[in-house]
Amino acid sequence: MLDKILFLLCLASALADERCMPDTPHGFQVRLSIKTALGDEAYAWNENEMFLFRATLAFAMRNHMTGQQFNVSNIVVCDETERVSFWFIVTSPLDTSQLIDQENVEAAIRRSRNRINSAFLLTDKTLEFVDILPTLGTPYVHPTPPWLIAFGVVMGAVGAGIIIMLVSSAVQKKLKTNKKPQDKDEDDEEETRVKTMENGVARDGVYNMSFSEDERFTAM
Amino acid sequence: MGKAKDSAVEERPKWGNKTQYLLTSIGFAVGLGNVWRFPYLCQVHGGGAFLIPYLIALVFEGLPLLYLELAIGQRLRLGSVGVWNSISPLLGGLGIASTIVSLLVSLFYNTILAWVLWYFFHSFQEPPPWKNCPINANLTGYIVECEKSTPVNYFWYRETLNITPDIEISGSLQWWMVLCLISAWFIVYICVIKGINSIGKAVYVTSTFPYLVLTIFLIYSLTLPGATDGLTYLFTPKWDKLLNPQVWLDAATQIFFSLSVAFGGLIAFSSYNPERNNCERDALLVGIINSATSLYASIPIFSILGFKANNAFLSCMDKNILALTNEFNMPDQNITVDNYDHWVNYLHQTYPDQFSEVSLNPNCSLQTFLEESASGTGLAFIAFTEAVIAMPVSQIWAILFFVMLFSLGLSSMFGNMEGVLTPIKDLKVLPKWLPEEIFTAMAFLLCCAVALIFALGSGNYWVEVFNTYVGSVPLLIIALFELISVIYIRGMKTFSDDIYFMTGRRPNFFWKACWMFISPALLLVVFIAYVVVQAQQHPTYPAWNPDHDEFPKTEKKPYPDWVFAIIILLSSVPVIPIPLVAIYRLIRRKMRRSSYNNNQRP
Repeated sequence: MLDKILFLLCLASALADERCMPDTPHGFQVRLSIKTALGDEAYAWNENEMFLFRATLAFAMRNHMTGQQFNVSNIVVCDETERVSFWFIVTSPLDTSQLIDQENVEAAIRRSRNRINSAFLLTDKTLEFVDILPTLGTPYVHPTPPWLIAFGVVMGAVGAGIIIMLVSSAVQKKLKTNKKPQDKDEDDEEETRVKTMENGVARDGVYNMSFSEDERFTAM
Repeated sequence: MGKAKDSAVEERPKWGNKTQYLLTSIGFAVGLGNVWRFPYLCQVHGGGAFLIPYLIALVFEGLPLLYLELAIGQRLRLGSVGVWNSISPLLGGLGIASTIVSLLVSLFYNTILAWVLWYFFHSFQEPPPWKNCPINANLTGYIVECEKSTPVNYFWYRETLNITPDIEISGSLQWWMVLCLISAWFIVYICVIKGINSIGKAVYVTSTFPYLVLTIFLIYSLTLPGATDGLTYLFTPKWDKLLNPQVWLDAATQIFFSLSVAFGGLIAFSSYNPERNNCERDALLVGIINSATSLYASIPIFSILGFKANNAFLSCMDKNILALTNEFNMPDQNITVDNYDHWVNYLHQTYPDQFSEVSLNPNCSLQTFLEESASGTGLAFIAFTEAVIAMPVSQIWAILFFVMLFSLGLSSMFGNMEGVLTPIKDLKVLPKWLPEEIFTAMAFLLCCAVALIFALGSGNYWVEVFNTYVGSVPLLIIALFELISVIYIRGMKTFSDDIYFMTGRRPNFFWKACWMFISPALLLVVFIAYVVVQAQQHPTYPAWNPDHDEFPKTEKKPYPDWVFAIIILLSSVPVIPIPLVAIYRLIRRKMRRSSYNNNQRP
């Protein structure tokens, strides 16, 4: 009896080992980069962590294929390396000789990727399922693009400033012309005469005949 | 008699105080080029060694020209058109040339400010929109164009410019660019609305704020990893580069364009000064502060570029390390950046076959990344934005940076627009009932409408065309004529008397030697060398073409013939008034003389 059980066990494990191997068409390779992700707070990879992985994966399978009660024993792991990388396959809970096909496994992992990552405090990059590309998060679409808001604020301020300055200068000009309509012309003439003298003194020399506007010269 | 002179003396606006004048002139001289052109030149022309030709050019070419412009503007108290008309009516064309150049430069310069505004508005977003590639329509992956290049490149070329692959394909008006362009013109308008009265107040902010931001960046960037690598790379002199004449040419042209001489703006600004003002000291101040700012700005720029190179180097190494770790199934983090070489040798010797299977990037050296140079818009909108993503709280750094760029460009725009508006106001061709503000508004509306060209899909290519050909050869010619006009036509003696009148002492031997021989000679050499270098090959431009084989590298395309014709026009139209007006006045004078001789004057 014992012999038979032993034989069956060996067969079963042999069978399981055979199906789980590197480059198996039924499973995936996993690579963990714990030190890269956590630095000094990295935990050591040991059997308990592997147990957690198999449990998490079973959880993912349960979520995806509702109704089927996946167990830790359904997740078969092999070819563990120092990298921390290994291959795994998933057997069906109903019949251990049946393997779950790759598409289902991939879909399950995709669905629960976030939960799997957070169980190990890792990210999509540091917990790598080789050949399963991480789904891209849908980008957040702002109802109003923020840049338009910034633009509106700045332009509103500038536009208001322009209008204020134009109106204030128009108002000032009206006040000025109302106050002094007469005196202005006289002052101008005096100023120009005075300044002409200054320039004449500083710039000694013959008055340049060709320097002047033709019309004004001949008009005089 | 009085009426003929009133254009020179009637109620000319005055600066509120000396500080406003100095800040405005410094702001005009200090512009975007100090931040994004000088550090690039330093990098490619031998680091610290470049300072030698630069300082020589400053002392013998920049400062004399600057002093000359400030002095003549202050003495004759007119904008550029009036000043040259006063010296000799045959030179009236010189002022018109300055005005045309200022106008053309304003058009494309404000477009750059519009781009800066766009980036500024987007800096409020978290995460910055240039950090990640956008996802394509059916949510399966990233947009192909973005994946092939980088998110930063994609944001600049596609989402900002929506650039066409060729200058001949104009594309359509990009509405967001039009909005930003209008905003930029509005902001310049509100500062220029009352001439120097409003400019003088605006410059308290626009001229000082960049220094504040540069200091903040200086302190912060020195704490970033890789900053010292960037700085040592920048300042280590490579003396052999000085043997290349291109270095000297670049130094001379950089000083020249950096000081913004020959635009007419400096003449306009100094024309509002009181008559007795020490313009020698002003010129020295403006010139030295301009160069000092260039140097000061290059320190944070290079620290940040060093930081960026360091990041690129580390991420390249990480990729290699990951490839090796995965291939040989070694424990995570056994291979680090420090022991990388040791591991590579060991693995190569022990497992040569397996090692050759691994695809490693061989160009992972810090030096390679440091040597990637960027200038102009490439520095601000691509290199810097990429560095900002890696900084904590990227929003603040981006906002600060773009506000600084905007201030720098804004104060330069004041000079550009004043170089256009002051001569027109001085010509007194405007009706009396038209208030100054309305005239300014009309001018701005016109400029904005024309500048819409740059909001097309091919706008960036046109900005490059304008930048390279308007802002170069015409200015050199104008500056040469300015020197000749003041020193030889007005006369060194008269000019010395002018300076004696204004500052109380005559110019010393150094200034005289420079004005009479050294600066004109230098300018002539620079001009000839510049034309020779440009004429040596058919000009090409880098086009962003997603269908190009070597994408994401830009494709070098030659300018088509009609664009080439426009280039020739842009270089020559500003300078044509110089001979045209001279000939016109000569003919008029001859005709008048002959009619004067015929009719006896009453």
